[in-house]
Amino acid sequence: MTTPSRFPEPYGQGSGANLADILERVLDKGVVIAGDIRINLLDIELLTVKLRLIVASVDKAKEMGIDWWETDPALSSRARRDELTRENAELRERLARLEELALEPGRRTRAPKEAP
Amino acid sequence: MTGLRYVYAVCRPFGTPLQAELTGIGGAPPALLHHHGLVAVVSTVPEADFCEEALKAHLEDLDWLAATARAHEGVVDALTTVTTPLPLRLATVFRDDSAVRTMIEAREEHFRSLLDRLHDRVEWGVKVYVETETAESAESAEPAPSPARPASGRDYLRRRRESSHAREEQWQRAERFAHGLHERLAERAEEFRLHPAQNAALSGARGQNVLNAAYLVSRKHSEEFVELVDRTKDEAAGLRVELTGPWAAYSFTGEAAS
Repeated sequence: MTTPSRFPEPYGQGSGANLADILERVLDKGVVIAGDIRINLLDIELLTVKLRLIVASVDKAKEMGIDWWETDPALSSRARRDELTRENAELRERLARLEELALEPGRRTRAPKEAP
Repeated sequence: MTGLRYVYAVCRPFGTPLQAELTGIGGAPPALLHHHGLVAVVSTVPEADFCEEALKAHLEDLDWLAATARAHEGVVDALTTVTTPLPLRLATVFRDDSAVRTMIEAREEHFRSLLDRLHDRVEWGVKVYVETETAESAESAEPAPSPARPASGRDYLRRRRESSHAREEQWQRAERFAHGLHERLAERAEEFRLHPAQNAALSGARGQNVLNAAYLVSRKHSEEFVELVDRTKDEAAGLRVELTGPWAAYSFTGEAAS
């Protein structure tokens, strides 16, 4: 749509905006389009996480109920969640193995006993 | 030098020319690429900086990133004064103009519906800080009248409880204020987004950031919105309210949520 003239700027351009304000917008927001130069999105996510470590004071934000990134799969808790899932699976497996051993009739009763 | 096409934003055709002195990334002047009734705002960037490998390395360099981010935002900001741009994420790069045209064709519908939703709207950033100087002086002032050494273990524990209680109370007050402010502002905005709080290391701002929100407001209602924020600035002692904007609607280019 055509706009006949410039909009008034009563408040000054980006007044008071700091680097964090700009980065959180241009890196994290905005329309995402895969261009011809495919920057590995994983790298961007890593960078975003790194920045977030600097940018976000997580505990305070959480206290405020600002915790949207908790559900953002690219951010923060994913690695932790994956780690827990993996550990969980491993423990289950070990438990299953132990139960198997314990229930195996041959081993359970005879192992400690000496052969006659 | 081989050049790539860097796309800053997509918008509808606009009548007002951009400032002649406007420069984008690397000092290159942005150009308008008209296609299918839409405009991509582009500039040429050196392939040496924006090929995959170089870009990957650059993105890890905070100085390069900061300069590029400011240049990107500078162009988007200039567009915001003459139209409603859809800002693209940093470092959206194509081989040439024809690749940009192909991209526009592929996303035409999406662009149009976003442009409709955001038409004549801007984003305002509102942050609330707890002034830590006040927090510290309040803390240090409190135990001052009592003797340097607690008279007993019980005394010591009581004092520690009181001090952490005072801190806790201050945070609760800040939280109540921030929530209240957010509710009032959200009522006046069409949409909002809550961003993670910022740390002073990058923002360079004083105090502890406890609210970092973005509000989508029509230009028509922006003055009223700004006045409302201004009025709250003196409401709470020890807290600071900061307003940034008007920004292009960066935070609202995804799915409509709130």
